[in-house]
Amino acid sequence: MRNLLIIISILAFFPAMAASAGPREDVIAQLETLAKSDDANFSGFDAARGKKLFSAKFSTGKPETPSCTSCHSTSPKNAGETRAGKAIDPMALSKTSDRYTDPKKVEKWFRRNCNSVLGRECTPLEKGDFLAFMISQ
Amino acid sequence: MKNNKLLISLLSLPLLATPFVAIADDDNVPPIKSLIVLEECGACHLAFQPAFLPKKSWQKMMGELENHFGEDASLDADSIAKIENYLVANASRKKFRGDKAPQRITELRWFTHEHSEREAKNMMKKLKVKSLVDCAACHKGAEMGIYDDD
Repeated sequence: MRNLLIIISILAFFPAMAASAGPREDVIAQLETLAKSDDANFSGFDAARGKKLFSAKFSTGKPETPSCTSCHSTSPKNAGETRAGKAIDPMALSKTSDRYTDPKKVEKWFRRNCNSVLGRECTPLEKGDFLAFMISQ
Repeated sequence: MKNNKLLISLLSLPLLATPFVAIADDDNVPPIKSLIVLEECGACHLAFQPAFLPKKSWQKMMGELENHFGEDASLDADSIAKIENYLVANASRKKFRGDKAPQRITELRWFTHEHSEREAKNMMKKLKVKSLVDCAACHKGAEMGIYDDD
């Protein structure tokens, strides 16, 4: 009984630990579920593919922003700059440690920026690959 | 620059003589006091104070955020409503000649006039200011609505 109480208290104090490893992992897990439902052969996100996406130049989006690197600089470890001159914190998790933990914020910026750069929404696979790259950096 | 200031002062004399008109400096505007406006509008650029544009400008802008000066700045409906309400409530009440819903503050007559002066151009060159919308590069108090430091 005593042990059970201790376990319950621990679980109550650390709900994140009980459910999963943390909000960032939740964001990834959500994308994994979606990627799997898109493609039964999905075998995990790939940082190398994410790197390619980050550096690629597109002609399908808005002419002002042909690439992620247009605003985020060519290295995720460097600060970027918006077209209006405002600094953007580096995308690399090692440089900006509080990134990718708010699912609403993550979705908002993927929606906006994929539309601006690629001219369409990104797929769950693309989003997951992109995040895998940024988290690895 | 000095002559223009004098001219502006002379032109605003009738205003000063009118009762109920606050003796405000023409170069300053009230700062933004809404957290969501500061956060959302200020994510990519300085959150421009609503007093720079009339109501119709803000309504038009908030209705086409998917193409916001060449970028997708779309937001959820709830945030849009909150932001638009604040912008409209604090919009300029002056008469705007020509376009009744101008979108670019940088294209307003007083703006182009003030920023085409030699001192302004030299300062932007010296500080390597890339864009005219980067107000805070020169106007250090821009976020507080203070622009009279030129």
